[in-house]
Amino acid sequence: MYEFQYHRATSVADAAAKLAAATDGKLLAGGQTLIAAMKLRLAAPSDLVDLRAIPELRGVCPDGDAVVIGATTTHAEVAASPEVRARIPALAALAEGIGDPMVRNAGTLGGSVANNDPAADYPAALLALGATVITHKRHIAAADFFTGMYETALEPGEILMAVSFPAPKRAGYAKFPNPASRYAIAGVFVAETAAGVRVAVTGAGPGVFRVPAMEQALEKRFAPESLAGLTVSASDLSGDMHASAEYRAHLVGVMATRAVRVALGG
Amino acid sequence: MKLSLKVNGRTLEAHIEPRTLLADFLRDHLRLTGTHIGCDTAQCGACTVHLDGRAVKACNLLALQAEGCEVTTIEGITPEGALHPMQAAFRDHHGLQCGYCTPGMIMSALDLVAREPAPSRERIREALEGNLCRCTGYQNIVSAVEAGARALAAKG
Ligand SMILES: Cc1cc2nc3c(=O)[nH]c(=O)nc-3n(C[C@H](O)[C@H](O)[C@H](O)COP(=O)(O)OP(=O)(O)OC[C@H]3O[C@@H](n4cnc5c(N)ncnc54)[C@H](O)[C@@H]3O)c2cc1C
Ligand code: FES
Ligand code: FES
Repeated sequence: MYEFQYHRATSVADAAAKLAAATDGKLLAGGQTLIAAMKLRLAAPSDLVDLRAIPELRGVCPDGDAVVIGATTTHAEVAASPEVRARIPALAALAEGIGDPMVRNAGTLGGSVANNDPAADYPAALLALGATVITHKRHIAAADFFTGMYETALEPGEILMAVSFPAPKRAGYAKFPNPASRYAIAGVFVAETAAGVRVAVTGAGPGVFRVPAMEQALEKRFAPESLAGLTVSASDLSGDMHASAEYRAHLVGVMATRAVRVALGG
Repeated sequence: MKLSLKVNGRTLEAHIEPRTLLADFLRDHLRLTGTHIGCDTAQCGACTVHLDGRAVKACNLLALQAEGCEVTTIEGITPEGALHPMQAAFRDHHGLQCGYCTPGMIMSALDLVAREPAPSRERIREALEGNLCRCTGYQNIVSAVEAGARALAAKG
């Protein structure tokens, strides 16, 4: 790991100022992705601004029909949160399925969402639930947030403060995990929301995406059988040593069906 | 840079380079070499310690991220010379061969039983998802954690 200057921010304004003063600064949350990348010298920031001592960034709070989760809330805290478990059990289950216990005790919602790994779990939940990303500058709809592989709508220096998840009528998440890392080879989040049914897929392609054909079928009848015969085209999907694009396309159908079953309570 | 934290119940201050990993701080600065480094890439769990009571991988955190926290390593779970009931259970159930993964296994197991005093074998396997053993297979490790949990519950 190359040398860097370390700063501990005490407030969001303090973090923004410290980041702005750095030549090539980066925010540090759980470090589960960033420290690993720095050890490999894939990232070499001049400065790290640690967000973990900022109290207002951590925690879960209900807000009308939504649940607002602070950026530095760990995956384990999301999984254990009574509010999340009561109002969006599929989101708690998703958090419980990330990596392993040690990764969940350190890794954070904000770090995962800002990083937008194409195989990360949370992006599927944000897109399917119609979540809103709250930064220190503005509100961004999930549909506009994930712009490409490891790319988001965040501007340089913009700090993700929280994500607001509207509670759905029902929802389910199913993933086929990479047996080593537990990242999604294909993960599908299905949600029946006030705005209709949404099906969001992660892991299978270069970024999270929705499947309109499946959404329309589930809109007519919210049941696993409605998805029979529906698949996605392999041409836009990723193929690697773990799974070919064709296999991932097949898995999307299987995971979507399982997610609907989970949403229906089975 | 200055670091203040508690390690195994002892409050201490140190001056370290910001890039010092928590695992290296514990092993090289404090000579607490029970925290092992297996993969150094956040895969194997040999470096597992508790940070404010929760299991984390010390090879994938900066020591500075533990500022103001309480760190517990395998050396801190029991007074020197004595075996913790979970350690005794690993010995009794042949939960180790070379022992390299064992400190991490035990720290993960203790995090689990602190929250679930009587976990099923299935839950034990889930809780050890981040701990790899290259010697034993996992049957005896799971049996050891089960027995360790029972011994701890009996002790109260
Ligand atoms: C062994 C292992 C297995 C894993 N398995 C999975 C898995 O199954 N599923 C999954 O989804 N993920 C998985 N992960 C990734 C894990 O969820 C990470 O915790 C997460 O991707 C990054 O979160 P972090 O808090 O550690 O962020 P960091 O590593 O601290 O930061 C990641 C990036 O986000 C930026 N950032 C962090 N916080 C903010 C913020 N508030 N505002 C703006 N930018 C910010 C940082 O600058 C950095 O670029 C795994 C990781 C490991 C090591
Ligand atoms: S040495 Fe830390 S996880 Fe392997
Ligand atoms: S006992 Fe040798 S690695 Fe587990």
